[in-house]
Amino acid sequence: MDMMAGKFAANVTPLEEGMSLSDHPIRLEARDVCVHYGAKQALYDVSIDIPDRAVTAFIGPSGCGKSTFLRCINRMNDTIEGARVTGRIALDGEDVYDRSLDVVELRARVGMVFQKPNPFPKSIFENVAYGPKIHGMVRNKAEAEEVVVSSLKRAGLFEEVKDRLHEPGTGLSGGQQQRLCIARAIATRPEVLLMDEPCSALDPIATAIIEELIDELRENFTIVIVTHSMQQAARVSQKTAFFHLGKLIEEGDTANIFTNPAKKQTQDYIMGRIG
Amino acid sequence: MTTAKNEHIVSSYEEELTLLAQMISEMGGMVEAAVTDATQALLKLDHPLAQATIARDKMIDEMQRRIDEKAVSMIARRQPMAADLRMIITSIHVANDLERVGDMAKQVSRRSLQIEGLSLAPKFYNGVKHMTTLILHQLQAALDAYAERNSAAAVAVCNSDDEIDALHTSLFRELLTYMMEDPRNITQCTHLLFCAKSLERVGDHATNIAEAAYYLDTGKHLSSAVEDLHRTQVKV
Ligand SMILES: Nc1ncnc2c1ncn2[C@@H]1O[C@H](COP(=O)(O)OP(=O)(O)OP(=O)(O)O)[C@@H](O)[C@H]1O
Ligand SMILES: [Mg+2]
Repeated sequence: MDMMAGKFAANVTPLEEGMSLSDHPIRLEARDVCVHYGAKQALYDVSIDIPDRAVTAFIGPSGCGKSTFLRCINRMNDTIEGARVTGRIALDGEDVYDRSLDVVELRARVGMVFQKPNPFPKSIFENVAYGPKIHGMVRNKAEAEEVVVSSLKRAGLFEEVKDRLHEPGTGLSGGQQQRLCIARAIATRPEVLLMDEPCSALDPIATAIIEELIDELRENFTIVIVTHSMQQAARVSQKTAFFHLGKLIEEGDTANIFTNPAKKQTQDYIMGRIG
Repeated sequence: MTTAKNEHIVSSYEEELTLLAQMISEMGGMVEAAVTDATQALLKLDHPLAQATIARDKMIDEMQRRIDEKAVSMIARRQPMAADLRMIITSIHVANDLERVGDMAKQVSRRSLQIEGLSLAPKFYNGVKHMTTLILHQLQAALDAYAERNSAAAVAVCNSDDEIDALHTSLFRELLTYMMEDPRNITQCTHLLFCAKSLERVGDHATNIAEAAYYLDTGKHLSSAVEDLHRTQVKV
């Protein structure tokens, strides 16, 4: 077991096959979340519970607000000019929009992986060590090395890069870069990992590797993934939420959503029908 | 009933779904004809009809194979979801049940070929005849419920399966009585008993098809609901 095991070996077991999501503790709770970009409303009263140590997938047509909602969770919308968020989002019962909350610390607790792999123009080692360093989680070189190695191992990349840790991260293949970004995101030991279309720039093999990784990571992290691939949502997630025109239309157990959705809009979308 | 009647964005997919539904109805028609002819061949001891029915079973098997292939290829290429997925998966189940019904028809036909120099008395076979009518009605109703995605009709089919079971039981007792009355009746009554047993199994397959229809329409499994109904019904 690596050094992270202790921190994450809390009293919660990962979601078992066949275990109902409703039995699972809630890590994130959103209530009546609305987002405006200037005068334009992008999200309407979204309320959803995100289960702990499970993968929740957001699906829906382009422009329906998936990324917008994802960005609310770690307050990335704060950086967007004219964006206004109302409603409540609680992480472990604590309001993430509370004034006393440190946004930098929040982003360490809620990591994010983007569509395009975006390693810093630095070495592989520095890419992973950066977060723990700025958050004061490591005190010396040895500790930094431990975090880098364990994070790369967790991201399934260590074996491929162990001999070139000090070469630039940008020299890796797309799939490797994305795993590097995942290693970077988990290096600060976040509780939640947000992923916005993490595989859309990858080939099927690299995608399968990331999906396998996501499945392993859910033992220790609460994962929220935005994907345009319904098959991917069906493969990796336990819970699926369908958004349409800024509204959360339907959410539920993934198996249910893809075999027997309750709402006609969901049905039409996942079956590729004209609504 | 499922209301997703919107056209699929990819029209060739829509065409494939329609084709699959047509293949199921076609196979249903073939199987209904096989059951009708097989019982007819037995009751009238019509050997040529029995032989023709046996020969046609190969076509039924072939049809099942084609439906399987079509369904597998659609799953591989289209990644079907929701009602489309249920339609494709249940088509495999329904084709399998229909194929088994075809086998029952073949068995009954074979049995009629074994009977030589003997004619069956209407007194003995009327019960089987009645049971055949009921079974065919049941099979048609199940296939209609499937084609129309009508869960209410599917439930009705499942509920009337008890009627067939009851009829089978009373037929068994009746034929047993004839055999006890006169040992010379034993041969023909035994043949009829086996035939009734095959028909009763056809009824079970019709119930399976109705269950598939229910699942196709609602996305839920009927079994538990039916068990409840069974419990409230008085057994004969
Ligand atoms: N920075 C921004 N400024 C103004 N409007 C924005 C901004 N970001 C998003 N929007 C608008 O908000 C709505 C939701 O966008 P969002 O990016 O959340 O959609 P999405 O579901 O992630 O789409 P996609 O699948 O294409 O990524 C869209 O109408 C979009 O044009
Ligand atoms: Mg987006």
